[in-house]
Amino acid sequence: MSAGGWDVDALLDDPGTEVLVCCGSGGVGKTTTAAAIALRAAERGRRVAVLTVDPARRLAQALGTDAAGAPDGQDDDGPAPDEPRRVPGVDTSAGGSLDALVLDARRTLDGLVDAALPPQRAAAVKANPVYTSLATSFSGTQEYMAMERLGQLRAGRDAPGGWDLVVVDTPPSRSALDFLDAPARLAGFLDGRFARLLTAPARFAAGGAAGGAAAGSGPARGVRAAGGRVVGALAGGAAAAMDKVLGGRLLRDVQSLVAGLDEVFGGFRARAEATSAALQDARTAFVVVTAPEAEPLAEAAFLVERLRSSGLHPAAVVVNRAAGAAPGLDAGRAAAAAERLRSGPGAGEAELAAARALDLHVELVERVERERELVGALVAGSPATTTAVVPALDGDVADLGALRTVGGALAAG
Amino acid sequence: MAPPGPPSSSPADEPSEDPADGGAPRLHVVTGKGGTGKTTLAVALAVALADEGRRVLLCEVEGRQGLARLLGTAELPYEEVEVAEGAGGGQVVGLAVEPRAALLDYLDTFHGGVLGGRGRGGRASAVLDRAGAVDVIATVAPGLRDVLLIGKVYEAVLRTTTARGGSSATGTPVYDAVVLDAPPTGRITRFLGIGAELAQLAGGGPIAGRAASVAALLTSPRTAVHLVSLLEELPVTETAEAAAELRGAGLPLGAVVANRTLPGSSAPQAAPDDDVARALGQALGAAAGGDGLVAALVAQNRRRTAQVGEQERWRAELEALGRPVRSLPDLPGGVDLDGLYRLADHLVASPLLGSAR
Repeated sequence: MSAGGWDVDALLDDPGTEVLVCCGSGGVGKTTTAAAIALRAAERGRRVAVLTVDPARRLAQALGTDAAGAPDGQDDDGPAPDEPRRVPGVDTSAGGSLDALVLDARRTLDGLVDAALPPQRAAAVKANPVYTSLATSFSGTQEYMAMERLGQLRAGRDAPGGWDLVVVDTPPSRSALDFLDAPARLAGFLDGRFARLLTAPARFAAGGAAGGAAAGSGPARGVRAAGGRVVGALAGGAAAAMDKVLGGRLLRDVQSLVAGLDEVFGGFRARAEATSAALQDARTAFVVVTAPEAEPLAEAAFLVERLRSSGLHPAAVVVNRAAGAAPGLDAGRAAAAAERLRSGPGAGEAELAAARALDLHVELVERVERERELVGALVAGSPATTTAVVPALDGDVADLGALRTVGGALAAG
Repeated sequence: MAPPGPPSSSPADEPSEDPADGGAPRLHVVTGKGGTGKTTLAVALAVALADEGRRVLLCEVEGRQGLARLLGTAELPYEEVEVAEGAGGGQVVGLAVEPRAALLDYLDTFHGGVLGGRGRGGRASAVLDRAGAVDVIATVAPGLRDVLLIGKVYEAVLRTTTARGGSSATGTPVYDAVVLDAPPTGRITRFLGIGAELAQLAGGGPIAGRAASVAALLTSPRTAVHLVSLLEELPVTETAEAAAELRGAGLPLGAVVANRTLPGSSAPQAAPDDDVARALGQALGAAAGGDGLVAALVAQNRRRTAQVGEQERWRAELEALGRPVRSLPDLPGGVDLDGLYRLADHLVASPLLGSAR
């Protein structure tokens, strides 16, 4: 696969590469790929921070971000897992370093609220039941907070000892595109229009009339169709309907939360927009991670197209966990030999075991061929895409040695 | 083919395919960590139930169109369309539940006249929709989105031929079984337990009433929450966490599915590697091309034995959850339509609920 393959080292050695985002559908090994790339970059001389999302326990231990066993996720002798920590055992002879952290969306959001509001109001916001729900279960909060954390990590890059490369793992979304779409969704929840809609029908109607073009078709259409006085009644009607449908308390909780968060997100929105803009420049590369199976590959192809059409830069598609088979024996001859062993005179334990080993080889060869077909179709459908195929390793990737092996496979793949 | 009778060997607390209340449809909720194959299991389960002659509704709620992709059909609309036929005369009907449409549906069913209706004001759904509020409510109001999605599924479970959205006390249920491709394990308890949370948030509003009815169905023995896992560290850990959470929330667990189980045995082979290598060399003859190939064959055989052993260790952790564990085979290159039917055959032979035949 080296023809058209990925020169990962050229990308990692280029000081112009400042952010690497690993994205892809769930369960394809994004976190492992992000960690392997980060380690390789660090050992080639970059000062790297890797932001992981929900790493496997043993991988977290290898990265030194595992705080399990410590109460409240806090470690007595170190920062919380969502603060960068130096990864032990990294070869720093080339002048690089590796720090790792785990995304904690709730703590990141709490931190934003604490930084933006006086203590009493921050406490009131955090005590709102809808806030808890928003912080923990709103689909999009994790993605939004990953973006925020990336912005924070990049903000320190010019400081002495700051990072010159940030590698980001993305949350396990229902769809890989969520990483791109979700921040806008959460921003939509918190934007002024929603606050106006819920808090003051009269102001909402006025806002709808003045800012109709920006506010979207809903209120604007009502305004044009009905004129000022009727609009007031309509908005009042909507509020009454929502009150009836949602129940008064939920509406009040949402209202006070939106009012409370308005200031927090005023500043944050600007920063998120700057981060989004930074994702579009050439300093940020996207690595699409996938598995050699029909659906993840289709999703990867779709994601590559989507990245390109959004003005982002997909550097490569990494196909993880590719099957392998001993070279030099095709399935037909292996099956024939297995048959001979089974039917031969005096087939003993050794012959039967050998036949089973050949059965396995037939299975593996078919697996390799099927995967090659699927990956080949991806490459044919998207010729500009570079791919790296990483063979399946024995067992979990759970220490720096295994991460180095994955990194080596990326460079060779 | 008639639906098989209820397996009588099940322990009392274990949901079986045909619950004791006779003819009442069963709600199968399928969840799993992302990438474990929960959509695949949901579709294969629906096909398996249809193969046994049942009329099955297969719902998705994540807006992914995963069902359509797997079945190779056009995108599913927010309406019930037949997507597959079972070998035994059953049917699979697909439905992509979408929050915005579910909210409009809900408003029309329960709040058609919320603003007085007659003459001015009109339907609540129309008023809210014009104000741009439907998008906002359906997308962002925490928990509400979930109760709308699951509320639609609830309505389908209870629907009878005589009364839409009515109780199953009158008429025949429209579906024998409803299969829900649910959100992943990380969000499942919140999704299903949303009734309780929302009832608290909404403080006695009408949505809270709806949430309470949904919760009553979900915590009843008519519901079974199946957990799909791979035989690897992260999925098994998440499955165990989800099982504990679901139990804590009073949600009835169904089966645990060990997806992508590799063929082969972890038992040490009876013959020493040297003897096996010699037998391989003889069988392959000139094709062996020196000892390199034979050594590689022996090595990959040893690797598979180790992998199967590793999978068996993770499977033991799944067994420890105290629910039936069902294995589905690993299909090279993922699951295509043929693979889907193979998995459905496995589920017919070894049903998730009740004992294997």
